[in-house]
Amino acid sequence: MINEKTIADFIYREAELLDTMQWQAWLDLFHPEGRYWMPLEWQQQDPVLQPSLMYEDLLLLKVRVERLAGERTFSQKPKSRCHHLLQAPQIVACDAAGGVFKARTSYIYTETRGDLLERYSGWASHDLVQVGDSLKIKLKRVDLVNFDAPFGNIQLFM
Amino acid sequence: MAKYGNNARAIERLVRDAEVHRDVYVDQEIFELEMEHLFPNSWIYVGHASQLSKPGDFITANIGRQPVMASRHTDGSIHVFYNRCPHKGVKIASEPCGNTGKFFRCPYHAWSFKTDGSLLAIPLKKGYEGTGFTDTQANEGLSKVKNVVIYRDFIFARLSDSGVSFEDYFGESLSTIDNMVDRSPEGKLAIEAAPIRYMHTCNWKMLVENQTDTCHPMVAHESSAGTAVKVWKREQGDSTETPMAVQLYGPFMSPYEFYEQSGIRIWPNGHGHTGVANSIHSNYSDIDGYLGQMVAAYGEKRAHEILGEVRHNTVYFPNIMVKGAVQIVRNFIPIAVDKTLVESWVYRLVGAPDKLYERALMYNRFINAPTSIVGHDDLEMYERAQEGLKSNGNQWVNLRRLYESNEEQDVTAVINGTSERQMRNQFHAWAKFMTMDMDKHVEAAE
Ligand code: FES
Ligand SMILES: [Fe+2]
Repeated sequence: MINEKTIADFIYREAELLDTMQWQAWLDLFHPEGRYWMPLEWQQQDPVLQPSLMYEDLLLLKVRVERLAGERTFSQKPKSRCHHLLQAPQIVACDAAGGVFKARTSYIYTETRGDLLERYSGWASHDLVQVGDSLKIKLKRVDLVNFDAPFGNIQLFM
Repeated sequence: MAKYGNNARAIERLVRDAEVHRDVYVDQEIFELEMEHLFPNSWIYVGHASQLSKPGDFITANIGRQPVMASRHTDGSIHVFYNRCPHKGVKIASEPCGNTGKFFRCPYHAWSFKTDGSLLAIPLKKGYEGTGFTDTQANEGLSKVKNVVIYRDFIFARLSDSGVSFEDYFGESLSTIDNMVDRSPEGKLAIEAAPIRYMHTCNWKMLVENQTDTCHPMVAHESSAGTAVKVWKREQGDSTETPMAVQLYGPFMSPYEFYEQSGIRIWPNGHGHTGVANSIHSNYSDIDGYLGQMVAAYGEKRAHEILGEVRHNTVYFPNIMVKGAVQIVRNFIPIAVDKTLVESWVYRLVGAPDKLYERALMYNRFINAPTSIVGHDDLEMYERAQEGLKSNGNQWVNLRRLYESNEEQDVTAVINGTSERQMRNQFHAWAKFMTMDMDKHVEAAE
């Protein structure tokens, strides 16, 4: 039985997998039709006909993950690491009968590589679905507070 | 310790036939001189008329270090000014774009200006009576950029009063812009969204050069495009249709022979493009209904001619790259000697199916975004170059690939697609536009 705590735990667990670089386990959290979306506009509605920083299906996420470990992936020599500092997720919907589970989580994200350290702030919105006993990500939407700023490389996942 | 200022000969010595000195990328004084000479002497892209659709619409930009703005006046004309109040210098507009209504009003003391830049009103006007104000430059309002040309809705400006005319500067190279515009069944492009912005800690010229560097994709992008191809092969199962994403990544892995045969065309003044015979954009799948629209608009023969032209990257010297086949313009905006802001704009082909816009937006985030894995590959190399060039072991950058000793300058030619000639072409133009007004400066100082 999915409840508010299950949803919150899922979101903490997701961040932990990213912070500990367990990429495969992280990919396994996605529904086969899942998407990862980083909009480029304030309260953006359309990921397809409006520009985004990322809008990736599972195939593209797998490419990213596989690339991180590649022998000739020079932008990962040295490797990046990341850290998520999450506020308690705000449960937007927890409707087991309708199968709708949504949460919004405010966070600070740090990505570091070599001597560099970059910090980003934003909100992650999770649309989850129940598959068997567990939850899967249908959509993870990442809204940066300064989505319109000119960033350097962002190589991992927020 | 001015080494290069007012010293045209010293600057010219940085560019040899097929080598350039590392100071062009790492020397602070050279960067300042580029801002002072190269950018004002060149025709610089300011924006697109579709960003100024209604009277009162404005956009802001920089030419070199100088803030400018363009606006649509009540009579429909477009004007470019310096973005600076004639009173005490406050920037009139600080947003990238907006609509000012009937007039611009300075936020400091409320001097106001018509949308053609002329002075409209000053509060307490009486205070200026008898002061000689009408004889000052301020009385003329916002300072105009005099040399402005709008070519098929692309707004270009040259800050220097003298120099090469727009026609002589671009010449035949404008055919890439023509092709991009002609790809709309209505012959019109529109900018509908903000650009993707990406900060590069490297010199701006590294980016410009990379646009026609065809010997790096199969090496540097093995990590991104190569992995994409590999993962797709493994995961595709029974699917026969290649997803749009894989169509966009895949061709980056084309072998050297592909790039050799696709060719490079160079033009005078540093312009040039890859993808003469074919390009990595050649084999994208058709978009339903588009060809029909093009045939209806242009006729069978012309429509095929337009769509058959699939140039890859066209460099408009000094700092934009136009990619007609996916409707993208990248603007390499110099911030410091080792810092460049890249703005990548997507244009919608007016009247064409949404799918084309979708593909252009996808290409832009796949290749040109701070979250792009292809971008990560490239930026890593630029940053390493910016670091490596500090080495005293060798102070020259080698651009000798397919160099011929009798190579002519400022000509039009089609050459082997893996040649470094377009880079040599750019550096010839670089030295020319850097120094073209320098002797005059010496005279003025004497
Ligand atoms: S500075 Fe603009 S009105 Fe005074
Ligand atoms: Fe590249």
